[in-house]
Amino acid sequence: MPEAMQPSRHVGLALLVLATAAAPACSKKKDEGKTGTDTGDKGSDTKGSDTKGSDKKAGPASGGVVKVDGSSTVLLISEAVAEEFDNAGMGQATVAESGTGGGLQKFCRGEIDVANASRPIKSTEAEACKAAGIEFIELPIAYDGLAVVVNPGLDFVEHLTVDELKKMWEPDSKINNWKQVREGFPDKELHLYGAGTDSGTYDYFTQAIVGKEHSSRGNYTASEDDNVLVEGVAGDAGALGFFGYAYYIANKDALKVVPIDDGKDDTGKGPILPTIETVSNGTYQPLSRPLFIYVSVKSLERGSVKSFVDFYLEQAAALSEEVKYIPLPAAAYDLVKKRFEARTVGSAFAGGSQVGVTIEKLLASEGK
Amino acid sequence: MKGSEDVAAWLRGRQGVWTERVFVWVARFAVFAPLAMLAWLLGNVFIDGASRIDWDFITGLPSRHAHKAGIYPALMGSLWLITLTAVIALPLGVATAVYLEEYGRTSRLAGIIEVAIANLAGVPSIIYGMLGLGVFVRFAGLGPSVIAGALTLALLVLPIVIMATREALRTVRDSLREAALALGATRWRTTWHVVLPMSIPGILTGAILAVSRAIGETAPLVLVGAVAAIRFAPDGVDSPYGALPMQIYKWTSVPNKDLRTNAAAAIVVLVIVLLLLNSVAIWLRNRYQKRAY
Amino acid sequence: MPKAAPGSWTRQRSSSIGERAVELGLAGCSLVSIFVTIGIVVVLVHEAGVFFADVPLGDFFGGTTWTPQFDPAHYGVWPLVAGTLLTSGIAMLVALPFGLLAAIYLSEYAAPRTRRMLKPALELLAGIPTIVYGFFALTVVTPALKNVFPELGIFNALSPGIVMGVMIIPMISSLSEDAIYAVPDSLREAAYGLGSGKLPAIIRVIVPSAWSGIAASITLAISRAIGETMILAIAAGQSTEMRLDPREQTETMTGYIVRIAKGDVPTGTVSYNSIFAVGLLLFTMTLVMNVISYRLSRKLRARNRT
Repeated sequence: MPEAMQPSRHVGLALLVLATAAAPACSKKKDEGKTGTDTGDKGSDTKGSDTKGSDKKAGPASGGVVKVDGSSTVLLISEAVAEEFDNAGMGQATVAESGTGGGLQKFCRGEIDVANASRPIKSTEAEACKAAGIEFIELPIAYDGLAVVVNPGLDFVEHLTVDELKKMWEPDSKINNWKQVREGFPDKELHLYGAGTDSGTYDYFTQAIVGKEHSSRGNYTASEDDNVLVEGVAGDAGALGFFGYAYYIANKDALKVVPIDDGKDDTGKGPILPTIETVSNGTYQPLSRPLFIYVSVKSLERGSVKSFVDFYLEQAAALSEEVKYIPLPAAAYDLVKKRFEARTVGSAFAGGSQVGVTIEKLLASEGK
Repeated sequence: MKGSEDVAAWLRGRQGVWTERVFVWVARFAVFAPLAMLAWLLGNVFIDGASRIDWDFITGLPSRHAHKAGIYPALMGSLWLITLTAVIALPLGVATAVYLEEYGRTSRLAGIIEVAIANLAGVPSIIYGMLGLGVFVRFAGLGPSVIAGALTLALLVLPIVIMATREALRTVRDSLREAALALGATRWRTTWHVVLPMSIPGILTGAILAVSRAIGETAPLVLVGAVAAIRFAPDGVDSPYGALPMQIYKWTSVPNKDLRTNAAAAIVVLVIVLLLLNSVAIWLRNRYQKRAY
Repeated sequence: MPKAAPGSWTRQRSSSIGERAVELGLAGCSLVSIFVTIGIVVVLVHEAGVFFADVPLGDFFGGTTWTPQFDPAHYGVWPLVAGTLLTSGIAMLVALPFGLLAAIYLSEYAAPRTRRMLKPALELLAGIPTIVYGFFALTVVTPALKNVFPELGIFNALSPGIVMGVMIIPMISSLSEDAIYAVPDSLREAAYGLGSGKLPAIIRVIVPSAWSGIAASITLAISRAIGETMILAIAAGQSTEMRLDPREQTETMTGYIVRIAKGDVPTGTVSYNSIFAVGLLLFTMTLVMNVISYRLSRKLRARNRT
């Protein structure tokens, strides 16, 4: 028979074990020392100060932690801003990754202060905000260029036109071979790779190329993870794919980027390659899309939120370039800052992606 | 009914010695092949990431600069989460199992609860996330805090604890319960002094499986508001928090390839934490497990 | 038996009020599971109801194309069901034999020291985060399998199915092993005493005696396989058509739910609410399966109770 065990002794032992596990978690005072200023030193000894021109000596404004949530695309930029915000000792911001839809939902329920969005707010979402009494300020903060890439072995592809892309991607497309794309292309199987149907990237691509959102063929290899798409295109001899410029740049030795000709001379004649210049000055069309943050007017009553957004607009140009996105032109940032200062509420995008219109034109046209 | 001669013949079976030898080798393979795959997986990760681990990595804050990036907030978040989850789920699960096994074995209600629990074991973790969001974050007003995350995870692993504990309770022969009752013990005293101590090994197995599940979850945490980028460890049960699996996922999906090494290193740290937790439970289990006669 | 004089603690009678209080407390705890189930059902039915207001049940169950995010949208759910059944089937094909054989080996053949080392090692499989398994399936297992199946796509059902199966092995092996180990030696000795060899004793006496525990572990494992999310979300891909070839990409019900919940689709739309319809269907499927398994195990248990 097993020996008797006094249960109380072993309950005690179990609690002791749990307490030991919890001990590091309970060292609050040590944690407080860990934030901000400690690693502020670590932060400033990297190549060049990233916080150009910001006031390092100012302490954090009151109002607590700034809550940011939304698109995983914009996350990269917001996260960099939060890092430098902390390094400068100006406060803490947390950035979550619920997706643009999830983030805007939380935003319109007043649960977060800033929403990251890789697409403009939809009219249904704006209605929800209105119903909940949440007013928002829409602030474009960077561009994302969508690069069209092919496998490097496809040397016959010098450029592609929007019409050819449309033929490949439209619903019920029967194109499965390169020779069907253009006269003179060799007989080679065409395999398509692209963003998943739930992503803002996909929405934008279909709007820009096919002409209608959510409108594409179904039989392509789709993935949320652009790194997977990179590997797919790099490893598949007949592959063509699209994904964010940042992922192309990080892997450009394994891929071949294709200049796109949109057939409109006023946005640059002939096929254009995506580069920081061409996306920023609006010649790489139609595949340049703006990225946004939405700020809650109510949250701005807290000093920490206001100082975070000010900091964001200050740093957006430098930081977005650092994480391989494309900054807006300086003039556009001025317009955005003015918009923030004036606390202009509402969306300039009438609830849908606007393809082919630059930020400056749009902001200027809606006479704030 | 078979006569004893028939039973003996039936038991001897038709297999020879060779069948048994083959069987043992196949069974050995069944144990070692998955372990080989585990070694393959961990080997891959270890080679990629072990070199990156140092004290700065464990105590450092995340960063977009790979060489500076550390896992401290995520690691602390995960530890807070599993501690709270275990504290909530274990007593609740053991209590439920005790009720079902010791007090309600034959009632219809117990049958319904049993089916409900088996069903809950199969609900995708993200549905628990939705439930957690609606009930704990919004309705109970806990917000995206670490306690809301822990409550959500506790519900997720509850079926595991309950089912393992029930099986552990079942291994205790009824004759023991009857002996205690015959000596005048009440039901509860029988349970507390006789049945539960003998069930500890099985309960610990359930605890191990439950904590292992909880520490590796990502999807439900995203919905209840765990944060992907955070620069401080939780400072109370109502604090915002991050988690190690989320940090790992983020580092593998960004374009910056240097961060992949960090992701591998973080995976190694997670596995080590898991090993430590499991080791304690396993040591306890070994102490208490004796074969019944 | 307690070390103290037998009966000293048993003779302490707590008041019947105390006993009742304990019983009520325990009952209260077990009601939590009912509340959770009700909560999940309420959430799913409520949100799925919004979906079904726009999409007739006939479309949902009648079509075999699943494109809710497309314009025009199709809502035939069978591609997702096929994906779930296919990947779970592959996982169980791996986990069941390996798990059971491992349980038998550890309990009956392994030396106690070996058992003490191998059992926790197997349990480690359950603790690897599912995203790690997902990436392992995508970046290591798929390329390795390509050597055997050259037509294997970068996303397929075979690779995550196998990895998922390996992840589930400890559920079956550990819980079954506990059950087998707990079978009293008296039964084993009785079998040997009647002239049985070791293997027949295992197959005919010990395993059936431990069947309740083994069946519970299998139920848990199947539920886990059907409900697994991240491994499939990462390595299986997306799919709009019904595919039964494990070498092609496929999408499971869970993978779809997680993809849309974390994506950019606006909440409140039919497209988004489709995840609740899928979730409800999944819940119902596991419910039916669990009721059947419960009925079966009750029958078997009634026979084996000592």
